[in-house]
Amino acid sequence: MALDKEHLQYPQRSYGMDHNRYEWQMLAQQQAIVWPENKKLALWINVPLQFFPLDQKGIPFKVPGGMTMPYPDLRHYSLRDYGNRVGIYRLLKAFDKYKVTPTFAMNSELAKRTPYLLDVIKERQDEVICHGMHMDALHYGGQNIQEETALVAESLDTLRHLTKQNITGWLSPARNESENTPELLASNGIKYFCDWVNDDMPYQFNTQNGPLWAMPLSNELEDKFIIMDNLHSEDSYVEQICDACDFLSEEATTQGGRILALNIHPWMLGQPHRIAKLEKVLEYVTAQNIWSASASEILNCFTAQQSTK
Amino acid sequence: MKSDPEYYDYWPYHNRPKIRWPDGKKMAFWVAPNIEFYELNPPVNPNRKAWPQPNPANQGYSIRDYGNRVGHIRQMELLDKYGIRGSISLSTALCEHHPEIIQMCKERNWEFFSHGIYNTRYTYGMSEQQEREMIKDSMETIFKHTGQKCAGYLAPALSHSERTLDLFAEVGTELFGNEGGIYTCDLFHDDQPTPIHLRSKKKFVSVPYSLEMNDTIAFAVNKMEPRRYGKMLQENFDRLYQEADESGTIMCIPTHNYQVSCPHRMKAYEQALDYITSHDDVWVTTGREIAEYYIQHYYDSSVADIKQKQIKFGGR
Repeated sequence: MALDKEHLQYPQRSYGMDHNRYEWQMLAQQQAIVWPENKKLALWINVPLQFFPLDQKGIPFKVPGGMTMPYPDLRHYSLRDYGNRVGIYRLLKAFDKYKVTPTFAMNSELAKRTPYLLDVIKERQDEVICHGMHMDALHYGGQNIQEETALVAESLDTLRHLTKQNITGWLSPARNESENTPELLASNGIKYFCDWVNDDMPYQFNTQNGPLWAMPLSNELEDKFIIMDNLHSEDSYVEQICDACDFLSEEATTQGGRILALNIHPWMLGQPHRIAKLEKVLEYVTAQNIWSASASEILNCFTAQQSTK
Repeated sequence: MKSDPEYYDYWPYHNRPKIRWPDGKKMAFWVAPNIEFYELNPPVNPNRKAWPQPNPANQGYSIRDYGNRVGHIRQMELLDKYGIRGSISLSTALCEHHPEIIQMCKERNWEFFSHGIYNTRYTYGMSEQQEREMIKDSMETIFKHTGQKCAGYLAPALSHSERTLDLFAEVGTELFGNEGGIYTCDLFHDDQPTPIHLRSKKKFVSVPYSLEMNDTIAFAVNKMEPRRYGKMLQENFDRLYQEADESGTIMCIPTHNYQVSCPHRMKAYEQALDYITSHDDVWVTTGREIAEYYIQHYYDSSVADIKQKQIKFGGR
């Protein structure tokens, strides 16, 4: 018994990363960032607006949060749809009450299906980023490149057309990517994407079609991760966000501005028994030294300070 | 395959020879940050996949990279604050990939022990010669980059063969005599050190490392809330501190910078460290120091006690 030789060979074993997507660096040693009015934290509230098709194909896997039962899985279909009919309006009220600026990551298919909701968002003039076509249209390793090229182009064209916004941000469904996704995003006018979770601040990501910025949309602080995946209580969710806010604020006193990124789903926090928990979070966070801004505003402020690098 | 790994004998947790740590301290406490390198696209081991998704597994890969980019310095500053030297369970290729991290740990006189070369290369399916080569490479890498004679082992991703501990001890002797390859963190059967049977008969111990207190087990497997983790650490400490009146105990917190160093988990972790280090009768130490002290002072009496109980009661 033995493994093939390649298992004891380490072709990438040298300084830096084991790939050329980005440079190795440590956050604590990066240039200190100053947010407007010298705020310690930039608050990025990211709201995925998602369509989970009932006839889910599950290629190459069933999207987390999607259908799990034999067809027709009405329970999951309708519970996710709840977010776009009911939950989102509770979230919007909370955002307005606490005067925070959300960013919406929208499936292009949902933009087509819910013109009313799209109008509401357009009227608010909040930033929309592209969340792919729908939650069952995954980008994945080994995917046919023509298929993915069409998927990226169509979802962006649709969303740009419907929102009248020059969409520059991207969040892949399930944050999943193929080996070509970054190239396709760069060649379709995307400036930043939010799939990689290896930093608490933006960093530059290389593609063969020019650089992207990776924006740090924490998965560990996401409502779905904490409440649905980990089965933590809603009270613990509040506690965790407040603890993170305190910690990052403290870190910001010595290392420069930080980002508190909250990814929150209308079908999760928009439930009647959870919305007060979001309000509690917003009440706490907005009482701190924060700058509430859209993802693009945060990134632009960050990149404007990179020239000296 | 064997029904019993045959590394140790049954040895009841009472009436053992009484342990006292240096300066008469009753309890030893150590923190073992795992500093790991996961490869984005490693060769696929036939027995275990590194990632659930086809390449690129950007989510699993990137959160682990977070540990090195963001988390490491956070935990290091916290351990500095409480006067704790880390005992690093090291993916030794990190010496080549991220020497800055190694340098910071060296400056603090932290211990480095082997956790294999990459945490995405599993022992499963290796021949004895291959496993020996991998272990030797890892120990030589630590020596080359830090000057330390690697004393301890935690198999990469806790992937073992039947020979893992034998090979580690033998390579340690070959490279560094009795200073190398003297303890393992791979076994979870006891709250005190245990002499381990090896084919070489070398004096070798299992040092309690604790899966239960491991942040990845707590957060990623057991889905624990951060504050509950902090409370659990304190409760674990309280009982071991109390029991140490009878005979010296050990508490270990194994950590990962991509888990405990996330912003929402640091407060609870700090509270636990603050609580534990506020107690006087605690020897804050490293894995190697525990193993060396035990081998020097208690190994022989432990072996004699185990043997005597076996003769009296039988069993194994």
